Amino acid sequence: MTRPRSRVGPQSLDGGHPLDVDRLLDDPATGIIVCCGSGGVGKTTTSAALALRAAERGRTVVVLTIDPARRLAQSMGIEVLDNTPRPVAGVSTTASGGSLDAMMLDMKRTFDEVVESQASPEKAQQILRNPFYIALSSSFAGTQEYMAMEKLGQIHADARRDGTYDLIVVDTPPSRSALDFLDAPERLSSFLDGRFIRLLLAPAKGPARLMSAGLGMVTNALTKVLGAQVLRDMQTFVAAFDTLFGGFRQRAQKTFELLQADGTAFLVVAAPEPDALREAAYFVERLGEDDMPVAGLVVNRASPEQHGDITAEEAMAAAQRLRKDGADSLTAGLLRLHADHMRMVERETLLRHRFEAAHPQVPIAVVPALAGDVHDLAGLRQVGALLAGERPT
Amino acid sequence: MPSRDFPQVRLHIVTGKGGTGKSTVAAGLALGLASTGTHVLLCEVEGRQGIARMFDVEPLPYAERRIATGLPGADGGRGGIVHALHVDPESALLEYLSMYYKLGRAGKALDRFGVVEFATTIAPGVRDVLLTGKVYEATKRNARNKHAITYDAVVLDAPPTGRIAQFLGVNQELAGLARMGPIKNQADSVTSLFRSGRTAVHLVTVLEEMPVQETADGIAQLRAHDLPVGGVIVNQVRPRDLGEKDLVAVRAGKLTKRKLAADLNRVGLTGSAELVLGLFTEACDHAERRALEDAQRGLVAGLDVPTYELPRLVGGVDLGGLYELAGLLREQGLA
Ligand SMILES: Nc1ncnc2c1ncn2[C@@H]1O[C@H](COP(=O)(O)OP(=O)(O)OP(=O)(O)O)[C@@H](O)[C@H]1O
Ligand SMILES: [Mg+2]
Repeated sequence: MTRPRSRVGPQSLDGGHPLDVDRLLDDPATGIIVCCGSGGVGKTTTSAALALRAAERGRTVVVLTIDPARRLAQSMGIEVLDNTPRPVAGVSTTASGGSLDAMMLDMKRTFDEVVESQASPEKAQQILRNPFYIALSSSFAGTQEYMAMEKLGQIHADARRDGTYDLIVVDTPPSRSALDFLDAPERLSSFLDGRFIRLLLAPAKGPARLMSAGLGMVTNALTKVLGAQVLRDMQTFVAAFDTLFGGFRQRAQKTFELLQADGTAFLVVAAPEPDALREAAYFVERLGEDDMPVAGLVVNRASPEQHGDITAEEAMAAAQRLRKDGADSLTAGLLRLHADHMRMVERETLLRHRFEAAHPQVPIAVVPALAGDVHDLAGLRQVGALLAGERPT
Repeated sequence: MPSRDFPQVRLHIVTGKGGTGKSTVAAGLALGLASTGTHVLLCEVEGRQGIARMFDVEPLPYAERRIATGLPGADGGRGGIVHALHVDPESALLEYLSMYYKLGRAGKALDRFGVVEFATTIAPGVRDVLLTGKVYEATKRNARNKHAITYDAVVLDAPPTGRIAQFLGVNQELAGLARMGPIKNQADSVTSLFRSGRTAVHLVTVLEEMPVQETADGIAQLRAHDLPVGGVIVNQVRPRDLGEKDLVAVRAGKLTKRKLAADLNRVGLTGSAELVLGLFTEACDHAERRALEDAQRGLVAGLDVPTYELPRLVGGVDLGGLYELAGLLREQGLA
């Protein structure tokens, strides 16, 4: 793919290929936006800001957040977990006709609901009470990722049926790595109908010949590590869950297809740091392999670009001269700060250009860091404007 | 020489909100603790090969590797030796089984049936016990163990605050499964080390609202579980080139563009209205950020634990940067 490029090099501060956020939000074909990226880069804030902006531009939006900061959750009216979207107060949609609902994911509850919807009441109760299920549904490393996808699938199906929303914005869990989010559902569902589980099931329902010497050794060792009680719980769980495995697989598969569909746009959020950008690059590659469209990279909390056309060295030299002159320390201090900022901006720009060189097809939005924290709609609105490339003058 | 402020501590656990600099601080601390004639072990458990990246070496195996020389002493004395260990749960499980049960062939069968993966990624709590168990073993070693190095200090780059109680195995509900099995004995000895005076859990934060809040919550949680809270390391502190007096002046609107232009003129930076505007905006911005930082610093001071500050290194953190941070931690007494 070719496209016009501005000058690439550590000196050029403009992004080569800016992401047109408003066009993405306004396009009626955009039905789902997934914000992903490694932990601590601002995915929740970005998703909420995008959702708010889309709503105020006329879309009927729901945003699914995961672990939002307390004050942000409060200001959106979603600090109580009830696992259903609630209208957000204070959104200015009178002119645009849009609307914004928000919810915070309750992972265990989502899992429980899936079990309840798939099994007969007695069977569901049996599963929900099983200690192994309780541990699995509240602390397995991939459960949150899996349930986020499950919830997305549900909201999407409901929205289809009832015409409730025309845009769903999804935040993703604070995974160790950005890729967990794609891999965990697969991990969990392949566990649920995996080889080992079937082995566990075999003694319960199959002919004894399946109890090979190998398996005996395995259960033996497992008993040593986990204890007999845990194994028994697992076996009961597996037996009860047996008929549900297929359903789970199918649901995961469907959500995966939803992610691959044309209306789904992935935004990768990253901090302007080597690790975060490296992670983002893996993610872009991985999504590409899975036929999922990457709409763009959001470089969040970048150092704000500086006005003035002097270099860091010139600023430092001037600061020194001022001090020698015995002049006002304030201006000297400001020049030193300015030099510092210039160096940061330069370094971040370089990192970004490296990313661009490797992934020229991925458009980029740079969001400068705000001075304060974002915890209300005004702050989200400001982030939304920055995402769309508006800069305060 | 052990940590000045924590002379009894052999195991330093470093946690904090994601992305605040846990790995960086853990590495700096290990370098700082490795004074003349000592051996320090830096452990990571999240499978990310962060240590290899920071120290610019090949990805680490499940084995202790010498990776750096500690920070030299003030007297010019040569630094001690820093070793690194990348603990992964699969290897830890196989090692555990072979150590305690002489499994032999069964170990391989476990792998074949996907049990190793199962037990380490699925069974909640077990994974953490395996990871911490290895750290425990390295910390408790003594001279009787001929083939292994005895460490003067072990530094653990731990999971973030949100998962630390679960990781350290003290969160009863979540650790349920691991708590019932025979692995429970292992878990119990590990927990008793964590709760002893030989351990300190340090928290890394930056001066922003959410990380500081998470630090406060984390300390409360650690204390509720009887885990020894060490210090708070305030990382990535922005440069303070403007004094308090200047900040007050900026906030009071006493800084004028005319005055700025005149100062710039004096040093020959003439004619750039844009630069004047830029510096002016930066001044206001900086004053606002500093006020927010000071408010957060006040909250950190109220946490009633020793605090340490590390600057934001403008060029990012390379190996030289890690030594710089190590020096600062030693100066301030954490190392
Ligand atoms: N004092 C510092 N000055 C400048 N950059 C820093 C400083 N401390 C950390 N960083 C940078 O911040 C980024 C995050 O640091 P680090 O990986 O240590 O965080 P972490 O808390 O271990 O993150 P994670 O939660 O992902 O494990 C890295 O790019 C690191 O180089
Ligand atoms: Mg880390």
